[in-house]
Formats: sequence, C-alpha cells, structure tokens
Amino acid sequence: MSAKISRTADIEKETLIQMYKKLLEIRRFEEKVWDLFGRNLVPGTLHLYLGEEAVAVGVCANLNVDDYITSTHRGHGHCIAKGADLNKTMAEILGKKTGYCKGKGGSMHVADATVGNLGATAIVGSAIPIAVGAGLSCQLRKTRQVVACFFGDGASNNGAFHEALNMAAVWRLPVVFVCENNFYAMGTRISNVTAIENIADRAQGYGMPGVVVDGNDAIVVYKAAKDAIEKARNGDGPTLIECKTYRHKGHSRFDPGKYRPPEEVEEWMRKDPILRLKNELIKEGVLTEEEAEDIDRQVTEAVEESARFAVESPYPEPEEALEDVYVKPR
Amino acid sequence: MLKELTYVDALNEALREEMSRDERVFIIGEDIGIYWEGAFKVTKGLAKEFGTERVRDTPISEACIVGAAVGAAMTGMKPVAEIMFGDLLALAMDQIANQAAKIHYMFGGQLKVPVVVRSPFGVSRSIAAHHSQSLEAWFMHTPGLKVAVPSMAYDAKGLLKIAIRGDDPVMFFENKLCYTTKSMIPDEEYLIPFGKADVKREGNDVTVFATFWMVHQALKAADVLAKKGIEVEVIDPRTLVPLDKEAIIKSVKKTGRILIVEEDCKTCGVGAEIAAFVVEEAFDYLESPIKRIAEPDTPIPFSPVLENYVIPDDEAIVKGVEDLMEG
Repeated sequence: MSAKISRTADIEKETLIQMYKKLLEIRRFEEKVWDLFGRNLVPGTLHLYLGEEAVAVGVCANLNVDDYITSTHRGHGHCIAKGADLNKTMAEILGKKTGYCKGKGGSMHVADATVGNLGATAIVGSAIPIAVGAGLSCQLRKTRQVVACFFGDGASNNGAFHEALNMAAVWRLPVVFVCENNFYAMGTRISNVTAIENIADRAQGYGMPGVVVDGNDAIVVYKAAKDAIEKARNGDGPTLIECKTYRHKGHSRFDPGKYRPPEEVEEWMRKDPILRLKNELIKEGVLTEEEAEDIDRQVTEAVEESARFAVESPYPEPEEALEDVYVKPR
Repeated sequence: MLKELTYVDALNEALREEMSRDERVFIIGEDIGIYWEGAFKVTKGLAKEFGTERVRDTPISEACIVGAAVGAAMTGMKPVAEIMFGDLLALAMDQIANQAAKIHYMFGGQLKVPVVVRSPFGVSRSIAAHHSQSLEAWFMHTPGLKVAVPSMAYDAKGLLKIAIRGDDPVMFFENKLCYTTKSMIPDEEYLIPFGKADVKREGNDVTVFATFWMVHQALKAADVLAKKGIEVEVIDPRTLVPLDKEAIIKSVKKTGRILIVEEDCKTCGVGAEIAAFVVEEAFDYLESPIKRIAEPDTPIPFSPVLENYVIPDDEAIVKGVEDLMEG
C-alpha cells in the first residue's frame, strides 16, 4: 500500500493560507451583509455568494493584479477574491458615496478598475461577450494578461454564451470561462431546462477544452484554473471550467429556497468549502487550529470595520445622480 | 485643396486616417475584411493596409461583436464595430443599451467605453422590412450613448474622426441613400464637434429640421419653394446626442414656423422630441402649429410602389411647407 500523496504538496504554503483567508473573508463579509440587510441598511436586493466561495478564490488565486475578471449579480465574492477593498465594497452595497461606484451601482454592479475587476452585470450572460473583448484587447496589446469570466449555469443557456465561446475559441483568446453551476437559475432546476448534465461538455462543440470540477473544493478549483490560466497566458486559447457548487441561501433577498429538497441542502452544507479546506490544511500541517482561529478573528474584525465604515459613510448628494452619464471633456 | 468624395469614401478616409494615427483603433464586423470589404465598401482597402488583426472579420454574432468591442474599449483599445444593417442592432441591443451606455455611469465613472458602433439606416431599393429601418430614436432615448446622423460626406468624415477620438460610446449612424452622395472635402485634416447643427440652407420663412436623406430632399424642396417665393431654412443637427437645441430654437425664433421631416415612423420618433422641446422653449414665437412629416406607423414594405408610398420625399416637403405658410 503506497502512502497517499498530499494534494496540497505542490501549492505554496503562503498561497494555501491566503486562499483560506479569502474564503473566510467572503464568508464573513456575506454574513455581515445579510445582517445589515436584516437591519434595513441595504437598499434593493441581494444575491449572496455564501457556499460558492471556493470558485472565486480558487480561480483568482492564480490571477495577477492586472489580469481581468468579469462578474455577475452574485458578485461580492468575485470582487473580494480579486482584491477589492472591503470598506469600499460594503459602502457600495449600502449605496454610499464612499463606495466603489459612488453609490450608483450597488450590490449587483460593483467594479474595481484598480485591480482589473471590469464589473458585475445584472443581465444574466451579458458580461460574457465583454470578457471576450477584454481578451481580444490583451491579445492585440500583446500583454500576456488573462481574463477570467464568471457566470452561472443559467447564463449558459443565453445566446451571448454561444456567440462568446465561439468567438473566443476561433481567435484563441486568453479567456477562462468559469461556470458556477449551483444547479438553480433562480428557482428553476438546471436539469429541467438543460438536456445535458455537464455544461462543460459544450466546450467540445466550440473547440476548446471543458473541465468539470467540484466547485466546493478550493484545491481542485485552484489547480484547474491554474492549468487553464497558464494555457491562456501562453497563447493557447480559452478553457471552459464548470464548477459544481451550491448556494447556502436562496436566490435573492427574501427567497427561502423552498424549491430545493432539504436533504439536498443538507448534503451540500456538509460539503462546505471553508470547513473542507480548513480541515485539510490542519491535517496537512499547513495550518494549526490556533492559526485558523487567528485568521478568523482578523477577518471578522476587518469585516466589522467595513460595516462601520459603510454605515457611517455619507450618502451621495442627490444631484450626483446627474454625474458620470458621459465622460467629462478634458 | 478640395476634392470631391462620396459619403462612403469620406468614411473610409476617416477610418484610414484614425487607424494610421492611433494603433489602438481597430475595426470589427461581418465581412469587412479582405474578401468583401464591407457590405457598402466603407472598409475598402483597410484590411490590406492594416492587416486582418486590426480589420477583423467576425462570425455572424452581433451581440458578441458589440460586446467584444465594449470589452476591448474598457481595457485600453479604441474599437469601431460595424453592424452591417441598422436593423441588426436589435440583436446587439443588450450590449449597447445595458452595457455600453451604462458602464461609465453605474460603475461611478471608474471605467470608460470609447467604442464607436457604425451602422446604416434607411430604405434603399426594396430591401424590405428587415434591412430598411431608421431606428435612431431608440438610441436617442438611451442616456449614455452619443448619436451621430450625418447627411453629407463632409460631415460624415469629420464626425467619425472625432467619434473615434472621444471617450464615450458613440452610435454612428449612416444612411444607405446618402452613401453615393458627394461633398467637396479638404485635403487637410478637419474635425466636426458633436452637438453642433449645420444650417444647410438659410431662409427666413420656414425652418425645416431634417436628418440623413431627408436633408437632401429638403434642399430639393427648398429650390422649388424659392421659385414660389418661400425661403426655407434647412437645419441638419448632424448629431442627435448631444443635440444643438440652441440652433433649432434660434431658427424657429427667426422663421416662426417649423416643419420636422424624418425617415422614421412618426410615433415617438425623433421628430416628436424636437416638437416637444420647441413647444417648451419657443412656443411664443410660433406663428403656426408645428408640422411633422414622417413614415406612417408600419414596417417598411417591399414592393417599390408601397415603399415609395411610406417614405417622405421632396414633394411631400413642398406641400408641408405650403400648408404651414397658409396656416
């Protein structure tokens, strides 16, 4: 009997710890957003990333600061994983002047141009062509930058997906398409509206590799993304990575998610990505229980601070609604 | 020195000059490259000169053509997307109206989208309901977009060059019947700013507001009316967003009458907006009710007899002006 080879052996210890920290940062941030929402401090609607953290973290851990991402209505996790400032993110979600978008975007429209986050779209599938354009730009400018394009299972049935994957493949653009398959497009189960089991199978039809991974396992997401991103960076074209995952809560603010069988929810709760990585890192000796708790304390404090910052920040002046429609002439 | 150029060749020159001037400029669209050189030949010779990387034939994927142009524009490039017929903009409407128009605003000014989307409108020899529409009102109704509507080769060149150099998304609409019209164009470089109307003919009796092919029809009508002693002032806004309201109001204050002509269906067309703001801002100067000439609210029909019936022409404009003078 041979000894089992550690899955984490070929990943830098610092990277593993950083990934654990980011997972927790998203988790604690989303819990805090939910808390503030309950206190009526968050206008509008809310789509939480709780449960899906390993996807954004596993992918973005491979990206450089000048690489790009495009995000979705369920985008807080992408934002944080790409390196967003928690204060400015929280302030935006609360509609404050100090937010990334000066209160004009909100939960569904956070962008952070300083770290290549080209923004979240609330039109399902609509950012996929934009990611292709960013990839074309990288190719034309010969910068070796890469674009990670996040979207859900629902978006894969939108026409934009088809046009975009074909174009990216035929031009061998440096785009990694990351499908977060959480099995439900709002309340519609993917199997009711899609005849194939794996969205990634479609990749073959476009002439690019397709990979299915456990999206609740940060290590396998990291490794799949690493391969795809290296390939894209080297000019070898796009990849479609399908991450099977699950949202802990309903689709949006008041959705209790009753359409999901309780045993299914329980099964996925047991596969929680954060507990899994924590247990593995402790078992592998990368992290001690104490260090893990320390990280949690630091992260929780940073998130609390972001909430304080956001709550205390001013709202924009009403007339600011008229600004930024066009770029000011210089 | 001046030379005579068609509207198509003027656009072609604008593209060539801007591509030579700025290597970030590239063109993306269906059949614009070395084989076809554009359905209307606007990109003639450009793929040969600048290469197929920068003059890029695409799949028939209008949403992704515009979306890719938007994404490239957000990341440091200056794309010009060609949508072969204006009618096909419907396929790219999400990328235009929900993305290009809103990205600068909804992200609080962090990102710019300096994209130009070129597309031709209007009837031309019985190409029927899916290739003949004039849809500029859709885009004028979408904050965040700038909208150009040149009628003449001279304007087309100067406006396209400045559109490419700008920071905002521009819907650059062309007109199929205008494509073969000619202007005298200077050899030296010139730019035409957005938001500056051009008085194509001066007159004191009636203001005629027109765009695209209707400007040519209005000028024809003005010649006929001049012989009858009626002096028409033809105003071509050249851009609808921004709109040179001042020039229109100034003309109405002088003439006291306005006829609005458009190759677009009447209900909620551009003319409706022009009429509304003239009433808001110059009602006291009007000596007769505002009159609009537009297409009836139908799709564009195929048979020449039917098509001619729905498209306004110089005779309709002559009659419209005479009605206004009597009113």
